[in-house]
Amino acid sequence: MSEVKLASPAALDVRADFPILAREIDGRRLVYLDSSSTSQKPASVLAALDDYYRNHNANIHRGVYPLAQEADALFEGARARIAAFVNWPAASTIFTRNVTEAINLVAYSWARANLHPGDAVLITQMEHHSNIVPWQLAAQATGAELRYLEVGEGGTLSLEQLDRELGRGDVALLALTHVSNVLGTINPVAEIVRRAHNAGALVLIDGAQAVPQLEVDLQAIDADFYGWTGHKALGPTGVGVLHARAELLERMPPFLAGGDMIATVEAQHSTWNELPWKFEAGTSMIAQVIGLGAAIDYLDALGMARVRAHEQALTAYALERLAALEGVRVFGPPGAAQRGGVISFALDGIHPHDVGELLGRRNVCVRASHHCAQPLMRVLGVAATARASFGPYNVAADVDALIDAIGEAQEVFEL
Amino acid sequence: MDDLYRDFILEHYKRPRNFGELDEHDHEAHEVNPLCGDELGVQIAVADGRIADLRFQGHGCAISQAAASMASEQLIGMEVDEVAGLGAGWMLDLLGIDVSATRRKCALLSLKVVRHALTGDGSWPSDAA
Repeated sequence: MSEVKLASPAALDVRADFPILAREIDGRRLVYLDSSSTSQKPASVLAALDDYYRNHNANIHRGVYPLAQEADALFEGARARIAAFVNWPAASTIFTRNVTEAINLVAYSWARANLHPGDAVLITQMEHHSNIVPWQLAAQATGAELRYLEVGEGGTLSLEQLDRELGRGDVALLALTHVSNVLGTINPVAEIVRRAHNAGALVLIDGAQAVPQLEVDLQAIDADFYGWTGHKALGPTGVGVLHARAELLERMPPFLAGGDMIATVEAQHSTWNELPWKFEAGTSMIAQVIGLGAAIDYLDALGMARVRAHEQALTAYALERLAALEGVRVFGPPGAAQRGGVISFALDGIHPHDVGELLGRRNVCVRASHHCAQPLMRVLGVAATARASFGPYNVAADVDALIDAIGEAQEVFEL
Repeated sequence: MDDLYRDFILEHYKRPRNFGELDEHDHEAHEVNPLCGDELGVQIAVADGRIADLRFQGHGCAISQAAASMASEQLIGMEVDEVAGLGAGWMLDLLGIDVSATRRKCALLSLKVVRHALTGDGSWPSDAA
């Protein structure tokens, strides 16, 4: 079966580009199926990090000497390529620590200045805690109401319920994920944004799971805020991205204050730097941004349409093989076309933690947890799930290893 | 034979002892393992300074469920003062398997909730006692 899939036109085999995949633990190769948590890094990203520190290390936005100008050019050049990758202006593309900080930037800077009692923030039951807790705090701070769109049977949102909620006329902000980190559901974000805008609501989208695996065109999606994180998109940890509408950013107060984000500092007040630097206080994560630039170059060279086709084919293959097993329950939409490269599942009679432990012994790396989505776990009626997720470097043989390891786990538990 | 999922662990996991509800009880507590969302509650009846009866409720992995089941058999009849002084070593010895650092909280959750119910101290059992 795996040979058939490897020979398909969509198949990629880029394992050789990822040094860590050459590792063996206890004589077994690494079967890395946890890319939704964090992706592995290609050699070109590691080289970019090393090259910056080895050859170009200087602080940015300050120095007039040639070395500092090199660092500046590398950093701002990466910003330009990262922004272009998702079709958004570089001047309204802000670097944060991660997507959590990107969402918090909006929840503090925009929400606290713009939400009032009588307003509502609408989120969904499939959000990661990073797109729930900031809105709980913002609602508490402003007196706004926090409401949820439900997740239906097939792991999808209802556009009818969306319209009903928007029709109440009080939704100031809709915040939702582009791709669910648990169910894999790809939400129709362009259509959702269109409906929200017609109702006068702004929209924030958590693109942490989307940017690494889909062709994302932010002009087509037309969201007001779109956040994602570098380390899930083959880049280093420590850098996230917030793309936002420039006119909103201009009117928003700063989030974090300090160096680099100011124009002038008087004794009692200051004025703010231009975009995007108004929202980038302190020395930036220079190496990480340069590393993320290299990651985006790598994905761009593969072509996101090809990455998506490859991961969709792997997902379809995994869904087919899991469906053939006894005692396995798969969560989320039934077809690979409606979902990203992530599959949450439960094994009858084996707790997800034990699944994770037993699969780990075969070097099959899956996540076993609530995936920072406890409200969704309650909807699914479970405390946790096991989750396998794909990156461009996975191959059909990884799915075969997963299936074999599940069979062995069931044998250990005498099921 | 698997080193961790020994036959007696799986036996206790599949048929846990002293699980259910204890309507007449003197102490109770409820704990959540934040790592995995597992939950474990306990109700304890005390008579003459000893645990007269005890029931666990909840759900969790094989290690946490087997640990609760095995502990329950030892705890019933034990003096309350003695239980309050039990440490991590008691539980791990009772389990009799090598528990990795990441699964240590699974093994200790039941002792934590029992001590919480009896003494109000909800901290994780330490190695000291």
